[in-house]
Amino acid sequence: MEEVKRVKLHGVGANPYSKRVELALRIKGIPYEYIEEDMSNKSQLLLTYNPVYKRIPVLVHNEKPVVESLVILEYIDENWRNTPQLLPDDPLERAKVRFWANFIQQELFEAMTLAVRYDGEVQAKAIDEVDEKMKVLEEGMKEMFPESGSASIQGEKLGLLDVLICSIFNSYKAYEEVLGVKILDPERFPLVFCWVEALKELPLVKELFPPHDQLVALLMVVRENVLKASSST
Amino acid sequence: MSEEVKVFGAWGSPFSRRVELALRLKGVQYEYIEEDIFNNKSPLLLKYNPVHKKVPVLLHNGKPIAESLVILEYIEETWKSNPILPEDPYDKAMARFWAKFLDDKCLPALWKAGWSPENEREKAVEEACECLKTLEGALNGKRFFGGATVGLVDIAANFIAHWLGIIQEATGHELLSAEKFPHLFKWTDEFVSCSIVKESLPPRDKLLAFFKDRIAGAMDAPTEASK
Repeated sequence: MEEVKRVKLHGVGANPYSKRVELALRIKGIPYEYIEEDMSNKSQLLLTYNPVYKRIPVLVHNEKPVVESLVILEYIDENWRNTPQLLPDDPLERAKVRFWANFIQQELFEAMTLAVRYDGEVQAKAIDEVDEKMKVLEEGMKEMFPESGSASIQGEKLGLLDVLICSIFNSYKAYEEVLGVKILDPERFPLVFCWVEALKELPLVKELFPPHDQLVALLMVVRENVLKASSST
Repeated sequence: MSEEVKVFGAWGSPFSRRVELALRLKGVQYEYIEEDIFNNKSPLLLKYNPVHKKVPVLLHNGKPIAESLVILEYIEETWKSNPILPEDPYDKAMARFWAKFLDDKCLPALWKAGWSPENEREKAVEEACECLKTLEGALNGKRFFGGATVGLVDIAANFIAHWLGIIQEATGHELLSAEKFPHLFKWTDEFVSCSIVKESLPPRDKLLAFFKDRIAGAMDAPTEASK
């Protein structure tokens, strides 16, 4: 009998990086213990597990930590092979997924984060950038999934890009409310819009993500704290 | 079955040299196309990498792949000889972590420290040294980051083994020394001494001249032109 392997996830509430790992674990049906971390009072364990970045999420498997969400997602996929695969088998398709995962993470989400954390000119510039990146994403996804006229990108199977898109855009309405600007316009970005809306309806996703009002409240708190911190001398 | 493998690169770019090194390590024949990344990017490059418009791009049987670390993983998965990643998922995750650390934190910090104006230099150097210290720890007395042979992380750290020393000479500011980071310093030697690596590095004097020229003019971050 195979010994039960313990999987633990150190995360933070509605943090999208944390959510994406949870979503991936749930898609793959991997049982895990969730440990909520307090970023204003980081646990010794967290600092031991992630000495380089000192942040969540941290996946701990058989006492060994894996950090950085995209690295964690690939680890989960490769370690648990008898479960739905997050990445395709073909190397070229895998490369496309990784390319777009990096884009969504480093270009698009970075800009969204800046827009939340800043005011004035920096914010305006960040919002413009989000719009630019959304256009690129829409075009890129059209090319990658040319048959997609239907709601969900990969049909029934959820993959790495679904996980990322979901973790970032599930709360798009909250971002729009807090920032006072439209981010996911269905007319300008029909493919991404339909994709996000389809993901939001999935029971797996509904279970995992907090409701709209809670997300708005959270975002406002994040924004307040960051703006306060940057304006205090 | 003949395969068509092309690399769009720039002679001085550590990122495009990573791709060439990986192909050479695996004995893959390829055609190299030099791009003039500062003044005149070719229509082909813009066609194959419309999102970032940067080198390197790998073209395999007409299909383009961009972003050096994505390309390295593609190369690893396509050509199985002389693996650059370990088999074990956990060890693989560690290698990916360090490669990302290099690109996300380390290289930008080193670049900044090399070119900072006087008033910002102390802080930039401190951050850069923190990164080097972390890498020193990651090496953990091994010959290469990959263990006994050159792996993904070694390839990703090529900037440190070759470009960093040249920038130090051009600017007169030392970051990586044998005294401060003995294991990492030794690694740079081990790495550049491998014949395949040596063949895949840009000539020292040409790079030195390039950096000295750039010091004379205004200095832009390297990620503008190549990644």
